[in-house]
Amino acid sequence: MPETLIFYALSGLAIGASAMVIGQRNPMYSVMMLIASFGALAGLYVQLDAPFVAVAQIIIYAGAIMVLFLFVVMLLNAPKEDGSEWDRSHPLRQPVVVRFGGLLGSLLVVQLGWALLSTRGLGGGVAAIGDAETVSSVRVLGRVLFSEYVFAFEATSILILVAMVGAVVLARREGEGS
Amino acid sequence: MDLMLIAQLGVIGLTFFMLINASAILVLAERKIMGFMQQRYGPYLVGPHGILQPLADILKLLMKEELRPKGADKWLFTLAPMLSITAAFAAFAAVPWGAETRLFGLLDEPVKLGAADVNVGILVVFAITSMGVYGIVLAGWASNSKYSLLGGLRASAQMISYELSYATSLAAVILLAGSLSIREVVDGQSGVWLGFIPSWYIFLQPVGFIIYMIAGIAETNRAPFDFPEAEQELVAGYNTEYSSVRFALFPQAEYINMTTMAAVAADLYLGGWHGPFLPPEYGWIWFLLKVGAILFTYIWLRWTVPRYRYDQLMRFGWKWLFPASVVNLVVTAALILYFNA
Amino acid sequence: MIPLSHYLIVSAMLFGIGTTGVLLRRNLITILLSIEIMLNAVNLTFIAFGRQLGSVDGQIIAFFVITVAAAEAAVGLAIVIGLFRHRESLNPDAFASLKW
Repeated sequence: MPETLIFYALSGLAIGASAMVIGQRNPMYSVMMLIASFGALAGLYVQLDAPFVAVAQIIIYAGAIMVLFLFVVMLLNAPKEDGSEWDRSHPLRQPVVVRFGGLLGSLLVVQLGWALLSTRGLGGGVAAIGDAETVSSVRVLGRVLFSEYVFAFEATSILILVAMVGAVVLARREGEGS
Repeated sequence: MDLMLIAQLGVIGLTFFMLINASAILVLAERKIMGFMQQRYGPYLVGPHGILQPLADILKLLMKEELRPKGADKWLFTLAPMLSITAAFAAFAAVPWGAETRLFGLLDEPVKLGAADVNVGILVVFAITSMGVYGIVLAGWASNSKYSLLGGLRASAQMISYELSYATSLAAVILLAGSLSIREVVDGQSGVWLGFIPSWYIFLQPVGFIIYMIAGIAETNRAPFDFPEAEQELVAGYNTEYSSVRFALFPQAEYINMTTMAAVAADLYLGGWHGPFLPPEYGWIWFLLKVGAILFTYIWLRWTVPRYRYDQLMRFGWKWLFPASVVNLVVTAALILYFNA
Repeated sequence: MIPLSHYLIVSAMLFGIGTTGVLLRRNLITILLSIEIMLNAVNLTFIAFGRQLGSVDGQIIAFFVITVAAAEAAVGLAIVIGLFRHRESLNPDAFASLKW
């Protein structure tokens, strides 16, 4: 019973915070709402016996990527209103369009839900096969990561290096100013 | 069930109470030790030898006027100190401070002394410490003032830069202990070598300990890495525009972060609550002594060493400390393989 | 025990919210944030299924998704900074000069 309560609280927080992310005008508030959503998701991962991924989510996503977003928002002094004057007359911001977009979004959710739920064997509880100890052990995670997924691991490290170099090069000011 | 639950709630409450007291004691300790190092008495008027000085400080801060600059962001201005203090307290929740105790035979099963026993404890402490960056960067931004913004950006950039060395030095300890749980790391340090040298990890990882201490000092924005909040350079950095209660939370968060760093250092490198003469239930006395020694070193460093300039600080963190910690990790891994093969 | 379907519904809703954000918002940074929401929804699905099947693979893939999202956010934000320097605007419609 407390498990169900915690699940509803965390998922309600995650969904509510995500809805506020796309509903806020101020990008700073959007970033803070997304941090709250990440925290709630980390709680859901803990409930799914994945403590390492939960902590990795907090360290990497909420602790580093969001700080990067925050820095960029502060550096660019991102304007509060969602754009300049032409934005109000933009066809995509008309109330009719927004409501229709919301309707399409809900339709997407319903379709996804139906597709995911109609797969066989999804009715049972989550702890179907395997006990919690095996899945949540960091030792097992490390062993599998470095044996079966070692190529992906090395490729990801090269990817991060490339991304780091690329970000530095892209964000550098031009020599003569342009 | 009930007595165990009450005992655990009591331990959690006691931890919280200890942390609040720690920040108050550190306020006094810092000023007294600073005074004695500068050949003068510290505060000595309020209470015998100035013991009630923190009380006077807190009363003064609470009674000041709550100001908020006109252009400051209403929600974020108040949220920032709350984030700082919450992250500071929450990080200590995963740190164990004593072995199990039966409370003199009252309990059937022993209760562990520590707010929580998480099997990925080291990572949890690190994760919540990295959330403390938000308090500072939001404080700098929300104040809508150039000193605050500069101070906030610099402080947060410094904190995230030194997080790398911090985490890598922790990884070396994890390799030695073979577990991510702080309690198991401490239990791996029980025992002695040659009859009298305690088998602490600081003897196996001297370089790692130094790297951890330096990274810890930089993480908590303490001298000699406290350029972003240096009084002489940036007025007061990110907390320039804060007053009264919101201001009081920032130095309190800083002291509690210091205490958490010292506690994690004592647990991971100095053997936690293991010590020669006391039985294990009273190991928390040794823990307090070790944490006190490390905190004294923190304060001693602040009033002895001059401050690093900001670019020197960043250069040191990226070009010296991080490669050193990576080399430390690689050497540790190699030696573990060699001695276990 | 919470049924797997509950987690999948949460994930579907998050994905829907993210998609709506990407399509409807006219601010580059908010679009990037909505992409992060979608990636998180996918992570939740991976971990839920991994738990259901009792294998560690779900967590490992989620871990890789987190890492790749970090790299993608870094490069994406660098591009946003570069774009902002050109047009002083974060509205994607300001970069429409290649249109017919």
